[in-house]
Amino acid sequence: MSNSKINYILGIADNALILGQRLSELCGHGPSLETDIATTNIALDLLGQTRSYYQYAAELQGGEATEDTLAFLRKEREYKNVLLVEQPNTDFGYVMARQYMFDVFHLLLLEQLQNSNDEVLAAIAKKSIKEVSYHKRFSGDWIKRLGDGTEESHNRMQEAFDNLWTFTNELFLMTADDTAMVEAGVGVDVAALKAAWTQEITALLTEATLTVPDLKYFLKGGKEGIHSEHMGFILTEMQYMQRTYPNMTW
Amino acid sequence: MKTLPPQINAILESVSDPEIPVLSIMDMGVVREVEVQERDVFIKITPTYSGCPAMDTIADDIKAAFAKEGYEAQVKLILAPAWSTDWITERGRKALEAYGIAAPLTEEADKEALLGNKKIVKCPQCGSTHTRLVSQFGSTACKALFQCEACHEPFDYFKCLK
Ligand SMILES: [Zn+2]
Repeated sequence: MSNSKINYILGIADNALILGQRLSELCGHGPSLETDIATTNIALDLLGQTRSYYQYAAELQGGEATEDTLAFLRKEREYKNVLLVEQPNTDFGYVMARQYMFDVFHLLLLEQLQNSNDEVLAAIAKKSIKEVSYHKRFSGDWIKRLGDGTEESHNRMQEAFDNLWTFTNELFLMTADDTAMVEAGVGVDVAALKAAWTQEITALLTEATLTVPDLKYFLKGGKEGIHSEHMGFILTEMQYMQRTYPNMTW
Repeated sequence: MKTLPPQINAILESVSDPEIPVLSIMDMGVVREVEVQERDVFIKITPTYSGCPAMDTIADDIKAAFAKEGYEAQVKLILAPAWSTDWITERGRKALEAYGIAAPLTEEADKEALLGNKKIVKCPQCGSTHTRLVSQFGSTACKALFQCEACHEPFDYFKCLK
């Protein structure tokens, strides 16, 4: 029971951490000053949310666990984030497509999680909703501008959705821990969010003159710790300081 | 929050947001609970944004300010209820404006301003509402960047959060 809860919290937190890490790679490298500031601000919000979840998970786990050991000392297979958030910043179209698809899911999830019978999770969700609504507004605006922009921006935006679409179905797959936490009144039934997600994405893509990809086969694995080839590189960069100088602090 | 003993209140008033030094943490509305037991003070603060890097500094500054007056303060971060810009006091709003940061509008007006639909954010330098949104995100999580088209001065707008 309590292990399920820890795993469940880590699943939500790892999505925020890894996406935050991806976005922070753009710090100083954004395509313009405004988008650079925006992506790093979003990264900061996600990192803040991650800290709240990790602090709670560490408290439940007890012993030597802290937010830092959870972030920096787990191995690749122990991370439960979805494959979507670990995909690279191929270009700004990919960054915004990844962001928007995650933001829509994230907001739907948090809107349910704020009713959790776990008070800490409900509080983190309530706090995060305000931030994530703002993220979605930003990413959604860019999808529209680029999709309904020039021929070049339209094609690249479409390409990003076409290539990232295969990672979207995993968002709605239930793990054993998800099921246990839904039954306990703690967690959210993510499978039930798919219809609303699809509807919202379809509406925005249509407005952006883009086509919703039609795919029959989807990739999965991240939630069970089976990640894409990108994950190792992300962790190498993120963890190297703790790995090189174990237990170092500022 | 119930009325605090004047000395305790004065100590808390002396601590400011490190990123907006003109704004005391009391005017910011982040202090949610204060309990005094002789020389021990228990304080609960709430973050403006989840990732606000100022919170650790604020907690340290509170402890230091109380230590200087012979108190021992313990600071705890709480998340519920979530902070809202409505908790910034009237004096806080004036301090923001005087410092060159436009104070948050109502929720509805904020949305229109941040979507660039309406010119309603007032330039803190010249008072003109002939201003334009430059960036939805600004120098810190709580701000967006605007520019005045009357006096051309760029300025921060403190986003409405509810
Ligand atoms: Zn002006």
